[in-house]
Amino acid sequence: MRKLALNDEILLKIEKPARYIGNEVNSVMKDSEKVDIRFAMCFPDVYEIGMSHLGIQILYDMFNRREDVWCERVYSPWLDLDKLMREQQIPLFALESQDPVKNFDFLGITLQYEMCYTNILQVLDLSGIPLHADQRDETDPIVIGGGPCAYNPEPLAEFFDLFYIGEGETVYDQLLDAYKANQAAGGSRNRFLEAACQIEGIYVPSFYETHYKEDGTIAEFYPTNPLAPDRIKKQVVLDVTDTVYPERPLVPYIKVTQDRVVLEVQRGCIRGCRFCQAGMLYRPTRERDVEQLKEYARRMLKSTGHEEISLSSLSTSDYSELKDLVTFLIEEFKGKGINISLPSLRIDAFSLDVMSRIQDVRKSSLTFAPEAGSQRMRNVINKGLTEEDILNGAGQAFEGGWNKVKLYFMLGLPTETEEDMAAIAVLADKVARRYYEIPKEQRNGKCQITASSSFFIPKPFTPFQWAAMLTNEEYIARAAIVKHAFLNQLNKKSLRYNWHDAEVTVLEGVFARGDRRTGAVVEEAYRLGCIYDSWTECFDNEKWMKAFENTGIDIDFYNLRERKADEIFPWDFIDIGVTKEFLREEWERAMKAEITPNCRTQCSGCGAAVWKGGVCVESKN
Amino acid sequence: MLKVRIKFRKYGVLKFLGHLDVMRFFQKAMRRADIPIAFTSGFSPHMIMSFAQPLGLGITSEGEYLDIELAEPVSSVDAIYRLNQTVTEGIDVVSFRQIHEDKKSSGMTLVAAAEYLVVPKEAEETSLREYNSSESVFPSFFADKIQAFLAQPSIVVLKKTKRSEKEVDIKPMIYDFHLETAGICLKLAAGSEANLKPDLVMETFLTFIKEEGRKLHYHRRELYAKNPQNAGPAHVSLEALGWEIPSQSEF
Repeated sequence: MRKLALNDEILLKIEKPARYIGNEVNSVMKDSEKVDIRFAMCFPDVYEIGMSHLGIQILYDMFNRREDVWCERVYSPWLDLDKLMREQQIPLFALESQDPVKNFDFLGITLQYEMCYTNILQVLDLSGIPLHADQRDETDPIVIGGGPCAYNPEPLAEFFDLFYIGEGETVYDQLLDAYKANQAAGGSRNRFLEAACQIEGIYVPSFYETHYKEDGTIAEFYPTNPLAPDRIKKQVVLDVTDTVYPERPLVPYIKVTQDRVVLEVQRGCIRGCRFCQAGMLYRPTRERDVEQLKEYARRMLKSTGHEEISLSSLSTSDYSELKDLVTFLIEEFKGKGINISLPSLRIDAFSLDVMSRIQDVRKSSLTFAPEAGSQRMRNVINKGLTEEDILNGAGQAFEGGWNKVKLYFMLGLPTETEEDMAAIAVLADKVARRYYEIPKEQRNGKCQITASSSFFIPKPFTPFQWAAMLTNEEYIARAAIVKHAFLNQLNKKSLRYNWHDAEVTVLEGVFARGDRRTGAVVEEAYRLGCIYDSWTECFDNEKWMKAFENTGIDIDFYNLRERKADEIFPWDFIDIGVTKEFLREEWERAMKAEITPNCRTQCSGCGAAVWKGGVCVESKN
Repeated sequence: MLKVRIKFRKYGVLKFLGHLDVMRFFQKAMRRADIPIAFTSGFSPHMIMSFAQPLGLGITSEGEYLDIELAEPVSSVDAIYRLNQTVTEGIDVVSFRQIHEDKKSSGMTLVAAAEYLVVPKEAEETSLREYNSSESVFPSFFADKIQAFLAQPSIVVLKKTKRSEKEVDIKPMIYDFHLETAGICLKLAAGSEANLKPDLVMETFLTFIKEEGRKLHYHRRELYAKNPQNAGPAHVSLEALGWEIPSQSEF
């Protein structure tokens, strides 16, 4: 019988002990004596969040296909267990073997959002691994970061031995082989890092230095080790059909956020919304073969027993074989009691028809993401959704029996005026008006229009990377303007408005575009007790403000400046294909509220064509 | 419609799996094993499945039950094999038997008693396997103490519910309480009419014999229904109310 790292007394005291026992269906057990490399793959948040992430499932499957590697999982212990582990000095362990993470060769941490940064330190700390890479020795695992936040790794540079920039399917084998070769040769930790930095896509932060100007901006960023390249090239899987995909994904015992089979239909997005980082990072758009996806659907439902399947991508409506795929899923699985979920679909005749077949119209709501209230503002952000599209879509939906609509917006966008803010309420009201145009006897009671806004955060590698953010007070003031505008609408009783927290926005802003110096704030915040900052009940803004004060880091420097055209950004050394020149042109077009066509309509020469794949070659055929 | 009763064991690390998660586990196991289970009708159909007496967290068991309905027949041997191919270590299916279709044969209002084996916490792993040692896991003087405990005219305890506390005489709910080499066997009232938890009995007993503080592990051996026959024992196991489904070739 498997021995657990935690004793029964602890497990019976804490919430949801099944978070920590491993042993799930499709989890991989190996003999630790018979593998060369032990890899601990970590999502630095609670189990239910981490288990819902497709990327980890892909890498877990890919690593474990190698006989010489055993990849296991690690998540952040929840607060109750965190406390007990510190009190009783229990080291953090991996779920499969229940062995301490400290004994592993690698600790890989996925970086999905900025507000998990203190949890990274929690994981290192509980594992007994020094927080700073330069204090680790030969007995510590190599700590490696990847995922979307690795595209600006600088705030975390001190805590990681290396970063993997780009999609995991390409050079991990090379990296693992290099590790094995170094072990066999009796090479040191540093020797391995030198080998690693020569692999395309691998960034070893300790081999680089930054000099700053007097005004605080970057003067120079350069390698200090002759083996380290000047620029790091992001990794892209060109053939997404023939790459690995987890046909036997892990099946958690407890209910997790994504408790379903996830079919990734494509990578990338053709749209080019100017606020969207994923839309730029994952260019070019690459589709998976539809027949392959059907086969995956069959195998994954069978191997997991899940009762739901969901399609995943940045913009599923743009998948060219969508009709074929969805029809197949409905015909094949609907009769077997399998739910089909289709997030991020554009609302049109096709999607409404599909949705009326797969869900209970009376209970479900439709979602639109206009992102901005006025057409001018939508042109600035290059969101190609018009008021007409929204009202037509909503109209058809209302006639089909729906009466609940959700609308998503952003506030604090570049060039935003009071008129743009109020336009959010006006648009929501127009949707409600469209509902009440339907004769009363054909309506399904009142309609319920819920508008939500989050505050815009400029991200690296987007046309808005030069943009200034606002202060906490200004964000709240803008939300108040929108709220006020809602009260003046004709159908105000059918409208709801809510907005996201502003304090977290300010912090995310700092770390999204932060440089190496901001790492000190993360560490200080952690020392002050910050953890699980993405959880409202845990977030403590006062401690964060104290951390900025104690480290002398100025929030305004990072958030309130509009950056100059020629400013060197901390992430400029990463080559994502899309050029800085293109992003700057897009910024200028944004300022003039000019739209840019999507990749299928017309190539805009963003630079992603250097990868010679996906939509970039498909349009040339 | 074919009604089926499944008996399973829950042990090892899965003793930390809560009741709702065991239900989720079996829903997914049914699909993985291609068991032709019946669904409710309506817009979002769900599997027809009901569980007996929930098991407390930390307790192991070799007598857990769920009832399902089948849309088409499958033999007991085949179903057990297929289910056990898809489960994880810590749950396995022991039997898969057809039961009567009438309402009162299924549903868990049927449960009348539960039998537990109580062992010292430190002997949890050894004593739950086949216990061959002639040495008792509890001191032999326990046998006399049990006699004395049960000889009391009543055993009044303070039963705490979410809302209130009240004094209850648990003696009538103790059907059996004796010492074995492998541990203490307790057979207690269970189900909707009267329900007694084994830890309450043991705590009361240990206080009575001034042996408080002993750490114990609880293991459920069986769940019982009232014997539908007028003659014979008062209780029969839920499993005994069903019969094997032969494979197609045996029809």
